[in-house]
Amino acid sequence: MTGTGGALFAAVFLACAVEAVEALTIVLAAGTARGWRSAGQGVISALIVLAAVVAVLGPALTAIPLGALRLLVGALLLIFGLQWLRKAVLRASGHKDLHDEDAIFSRELAAARDAQAERRWVVTDWYAYTLSFKGVLLEGLEVAFIAITFGGNQHDVPLAAIAALCAIVAVTLAGLAAKAPLSRVPENTLKFVVGVMLTSFGMFWGAEGAHARWPGSDAALLVIAPLTALFALGLVALLRRSAPSRETAPRVAALEMERS
Amino acid sequence: MIARLRAFGAFWYDFIVGDDWRVAVCVIAALAITFGVSRSQVPAWWVLPAAVVLVLPWSLWRARRKR
Repeated sequence: MTGTGGALFAAVFLACAVEAVEALTIVLAAGTARGWRSAGQGVISALIVLAAVVAVLGPALTAIPLGALRLLVGALLLIFGLQWLRKAVLRASGHKDLHDEDAIFSRELAAARDAQAERRWVVTDWYAYTLSFKGVLLEGLEVAFIAITFGGNQHDVPLAAIAALCAIVAVTLAGLAAKAPLSRVPENTLKFVVGVMLTSFGMFWGAEGAHARWPGSDAALLVIAPLTALFALGLVALLRRSAPSRETAPRVAALEMERS
Repeated sequence: MIARLRAFGAFWYDFIVGDDWRVAVCVIAALAITFGVSRSQVPAWWVLPAAVVLVLPWSLWRARRKR
């Protein structure tokens, strides 16, 4: 595996692991509170839809000329990466609540227990089905987007797909073993790393797509990613100085809840 | 039907653009500038890193001020 191949694998694996942890939390809540049959049907349906999306978009993306693909994907990854990085910096500096899988699991569990059971077609519990279907589909779309764009750009969709599958299998096995949300996975740190990688790849491919030439060609990525990480860490340190105090933190959390 | 289309559009807007649409606008503008500069003799690779250095703190500053 080359240097950029390794970076591609790491970026896709980490991004997909983060999304898989989030999907697992929702499926666990649906399965635990309502029953595994309908939750499982929701997961299978979402995986079928995702497979269809990948089957259509994958070949379509590889048919686009490389320059245009890099411009399009670079723009999308840079926008996407900056949003991830923005949230990660706000969380790391205390301006936004940390992503807490235990809290999300408890909230989903309580909502699932209160909902009425309803049978539709072959699904015995429509609530459990839609909850796990939406969870897997929404998080899975991000996985598919990252795997297809990274793989398409590097002309190595199989490697990106393997990285995505490895992440999903690892998280699923860990979740089955624990039978609980994977709250010990350092999700906020992973999101920070993924934000740095998406932003770095976005800058690199976006500039190449717009006909700029990086000094050192592909090796430039080895400088862009650490510098982006250092810059983001510097912003965290700067923002920590003005982080909300412990007294105002609950009010900020309440505002966050209202907005979300 | 219209409500569903609106929800579909809102999902993709939230998925791609996210919390701060200004970031997306700045990225597209920076790519256009990169393309423009690359047509001249001046190197153009620095435009996107410079845009990130300006846009990320600006977006964070706006998010912090909102709170």
